[in-house]
Amino acid sequence: MADITAPAYRTIPIVPALKPGAMEGKGPFIASDKHQEALGFPGQLVDDWHDRAIAKMGDLLGKFRSLRVFLDACVHCGACSDKCHYFIGTQDPKNMPVARQDLLRSVYRRYFTFAGKYFPKLVGARDLTREVLDEWYNYYHQCSECRRCSVFCPYGIDTAEITMAAREILATVGMGQKYSNEIIGKVHKIGNNLGLPEPALVDTLEGLEEDVKEDTGLDIKFPVDVKGAEVLLITPSADFFAEPHIDGLIGYAKVFHATGTSWTLSSMASEGANFGMFIGSYEQLRKIALRIREAALELGVKRIVVGECGHAWRVAYSFWNTLSGVGDGADETDRFAQMLQKQLDHRYKQPTHICEFTWDLIQRDALKFDKSKNDKFVITMHDSCNVARGSRMGDLPGGQFEIPRNIIKAVANNFVEMDANTTRERTFCCGGGGGLLTDDLMDLRVKGALPRMEVLNQAVQEHGVNYMAAICAICKTQFSKVMPVYGFDRRMVGGVHQLVSNAIILGDK
Amino acid sequence: MSVIFAILFYLATLLFVVGLLSRITLYARTPAPLKIPTTPAPTTRTGVVFRMTREVVFFESLFKANLWTWSMGWLFHASLLLVTLRHLRYFTDPVWGWVAFIQPFGIYAGITMLLGLCGLWVRRLFVERIRYISTPSDHLWLALLIVIAISGLMMQFVSHTDVVAVKSYFLGLLHLQIGTLPADAPLMLHLFLVFALLALFPLSKLLHAPGVFFSPTRNQTDDCREHRHLSAWAGKLESEK
Repeated sequence: MADITAPAYRTIPIVPALKPGAMEGKGPFIASDKHQEALGFPGQLVDDWHDRAIAKMGDLLGKFRSLRVFLDACVHCGACSDKCHYFIGTQDPKNMPVARQDLLRSVYRRYFTFAGKYFPKLVGARDLTREVLDEWYNYYHQCSECRRCSVFCPYGIDTAEITMAAREILATVGMGQKYSNEIIGKVHKIGNNLGLPEPALVDTLEGLEEDVKEDTGLDIKFPVDVKGAEVLLITPSADFFAEPHIDGLIGYAKVFHATGTSWTLSSMASEGANFGMFIGSYEQLRKIALRIREAALELGVKRIVVGECGHAWRVAYSFWNTLSGVGDGADETDRFAQMLQKQLDHRYKQPTHICEFTWDLIQRDALKFDKSKNDKFVITMHDSCNVARGSRMGDLPGGQFEIPRNIIKAVANNFVEMDANTTRERTFCCGGGGGLLTDDLMDLRVKGALPRMEVLNQAVQEHGVNYMAAICAICKTQFSKVMPVYGFDRRMVGGVHQLVSNAIILGDK
Repeated sequence: MSVIFAILFYLATLLFVVGLLSRITLYARTPAPLKIPTTPAPTTRTGVVFRMTREVVFFESLFKANLWTWSMGWLFHASLLLVTLRHLRYFTDPVWGWVAFIQPFGIYAGITMLLGLCGLWVRRLFVERIRYISTPSDHLWLALLIVIAISGLMMQFVSHTDVVAVKSYFLGLLHLQIGTLPADAPLMLHLFLVFALLALFPLSKLLHAPGVFFSPTRNQTDDCREHRHLSAWAGKLESEK
C-alpha cells in the first residue's frame, strides 16, 4: 500500500486520452493446482490448451445466447468506449469495454466465422496464441462485471457476459484466478468465503451479542441454525466481523428484534456471496446457490432474506429461482422447485432484500426512529453496480434505487445526491467488484475507484458529504481500503442498515 | 451484362435470405439460461415490447451514451429506411400509393443518409478512442455505403439513368425473365455494391440488425422472482441430482 498513491482528480466531465499499454502486466495471482483441482479445473496450464480453449468457447457459444449474439452484434460504434471506470481510471485502451470484448471476439472471429477464417486481417481476427491467453488473463481481470457498458450499448451488449466466458475458458485450461477459486473452495469446504468454521462463527456472534448488550442494554440475539425460524438471513460473511460491515449486521438484528421476527443464520450457508458468477462458471454458480436451498429446507424457514451484498443480491434476485428454486411460480410438475416453494410464504417476495424487509416495516409504522442520531452525517448514496443494473427491489422497476434512499430519508435528516451521471443505473463500480477485491490488484483497485472518488469529492466540496452509503460488502471493503489513499476517512463508507442501527428506537414495546 | 447482373441479383438475394435465416435460427435456438435484463427493466411482456421499440426506432441506449454518435447514426438509419422504401417502386407495378407519396422525401433522405455516413466516418477517423477500435472492415463498410449513396444520387442529380428501363428489368427478374439493363456506369456500380452488401450482410457486423432483437439484456422481462426461468440444458442438471 505504501507505494501506491492516488491519481490526481480531473475536471468533470472527463474525456480520457489513451495511454496504450498502461495496464499491461501479468494480472492477479494464478490459482495453485490445489485451488484449481478442488473446483474440478486442471491444476496447471494443460498441454493442449489451444484446442481445449477453442472447444470450450464452442461449448459456451452453444449454451449462452448472450455470448453468441454479443460476439456477432458489435459494430464498433464506440458508445461504450468512455463508460468503464477502469478505462476512465487507467486510460489503457484495452479497458474500453469494446476493446476488452474484442480480445475474445478476435479469436471468435478467427475460429467461428467465415470472414475471420478467410480474411482475418480485414475483420481484426487473430489466432489464439500463448500471448493472447496471457492478455486475456490480464485484461479480463480488469473488468468487474459491473454492466455499466451494457446500459449504453445500442444492442445491450454486456461485457460482463464476455468476461465471464473468458474467465471460464481460462479456468478450463488451467489458468484460474487464485483469489476467487480459493474462496469458492472455502465456501464448499467450510460454508463461507472467509473460512470461518461453525464454532468460530457461533463464538463471534456470541461476542457480538455481548457488545450489543453493553451498547443498548438489550438482549438482541444473533441466532444460528434455529430450526423452525421464520426468516433465514443470508448475508455476506464479511458482515460477521469486518468494519464497517458488522454495524450493518447489528442493524438487521435490531430490525428483527424490534418486530419480534424469529430469524436465524445458517452455519452451512453462512455466506451470501457467490463467486461462481465472477468466474463465469454456471456449475459453480449453481452449486454455491444450492447450499442455500439445502439450508432453507433443513431449517424449515418461511422466508429468505438477503443482507447488504451487491452481487449476492443479483444472484439471489435474478438467478436463485432458476438455480435453486428460491422464488415463486414454478410449474406444478416441477418437483425440484415445488419442494421448496411449497414451504415458503408467498405473501412475501422470495427472496427478500433486507432493505425491502425494513422499508416494508417502516411503511407499516412498525419501526420508530430518532433521526437526530444521524445528524452528524451528510449522507450520499453509492448505488452498487450489481444491485443497480442486475436486480430490483419492490414492485416497480427502479425500486432498487428508491427503497434504500427511502430508508435513509426515514432514519436521517441530511441526504444529498452525487452527479446524476454516476448514480442509479449509471453508477460506477467501486473498483473492487467481480472478483478483483484482492491485494495483488491494489493498483487497479485504486485507479478503478478514481471515477467514483472524483464525483464524491465534488459532493464533499459542494455539500459537505461525510457518509457514503453502500449496500454491498465489496463496496464497503474496497472503499474503506482505497478511500484513505484519496485522503478520505475510511469510516466515510458504511451501510444503509448502519444508519438504521444508529437511529432505531428499541425497548419501548 | 444484363445476364451477369441477373445472376448477381439472384445469388446475392439467395445468400442474404439463406444466410440471415440460418443466423436467426441459430440465435433463436441458442438457450438463454439465466435472467440477465439490464435493470431497471420492464416487468411485463408489453413493457419489453415498448423497450425494444424505443431501442430499435429511437436508439434509446445510444442516445444516453453519446449524442454525436446517436444523431449521425440515427440520421443514417432513418434515411436508409426511407431510401429503401422508396426503391420499392422498382419492384411494384402499379406502385403502391404510400410508396408514391414518399418519393420526394426519399430523395432528400439520400442526401441525409450521406451526411450521416460522413459524420460517422469523421468520428471514426478523428475520435482517438473510436479510431483505436476500428478494423479495416469498419472503414470499408462506411466506404461501401457512401459509394452506394453517391452513385444513387448521381443518377438523380448528375447523369440521369433510364429508370423506366431499370424498373422493367427488375420486374422481369421477379418473374424470372432477364430483360435489358441500361449500361450506365453509376447504375452498375450502385447495383454491384448493393448486391455485395446483401451477400455479405449475414457474414458481417451488419448482424447487429437481427441481433438486437435477440439481446437478452434488452428482450427479457424482469420477473425473476415471480416465474421460474429454466433452459433445457440447465433443467437436465436437476434430474441428475
